[in-house]
Amino acid sequence: MSMLHTVNKSPFERNTLASCLGHAKAGSDILLIEDGVYASVRGTSHEDMVRSAVGQHNVFVLGPDLLARGMNPEQLIEGIAVVDYGDFVDLTAKHDKVQAWL
Amino acid sequence: MSEPWEEEGPGTIKKFMYVNRKAPYGTIYALESLEVVLIAAAFEQDVSMVFLDDGVYQLKKGQETQGIGMKNFSPTYRALEGYDVEKLYVEAESLAERGLSEDDLLVPVEVMGREALTELMEEQDVILSF
Repeated sequence: MSMLHTVNKSPFERNTLASCLGHAKAGSDILLIEDGVYASVRGTSHEDMVRSAVGQHNVFVLGPDLLARGMNPEQLIEGIAVVDYGDFVDLTAKHDKVQAWL
Repeated sequence: MSEPWEEEGPGTIKKFMYVNRKAPYGTIYALESLEVVLIAAAFEQDVSMVFLDDGVYQLKKGQETQGIGMKNFSPTYRALEGYDVEKLYVEAESLAERGLSEDDLLVPVEVMGREALTELMEEQDVILSF
């Protein structure tokens, strides 16, 4: 059984990402979308939390949402991969379940 | 006969502050705030805008929204000067938490500490929060 977790809230505005990370099993995948993408860039006060998540999960960020917000894929925390909408579909199909953290 | 609103001239000018705390595309707040700011400016009020918390992301350079199919409204912030909206304040602490600096912003602003912003808020007649 594997799970894909999606997070769509800014880590500065809500504790959605922290809650997700507290409940996601090691080895499950995490995809940052919409305002969730702000967690993926280096130099923020949440960087340590995200770096430790990268050690335990595959962490992805949705490219179109990142670019819309003026973020550069070169500013990402190492180990986070940029995906497109097609990859999002593939990730959903790869896992038995999707948990959308809102 | 002229309409009453034409006779009154400039009337009372109040200090209006718009406090922006939301990131640009995940919710409608940022876009709605811009609309309301432009209306107030049309009534020749003394308008200032503050960006704090995730609101600082509204001013991030290089927004490209083709991929999400939404209107990129960030160029509007550069047009505000043409409507005499020239007082833009950004909270220093909010920028720092997000790993951003003044160079990351698409328009000239005054970066200000939280305490100074608090004082500025005290001087306003009207504060509208988005």
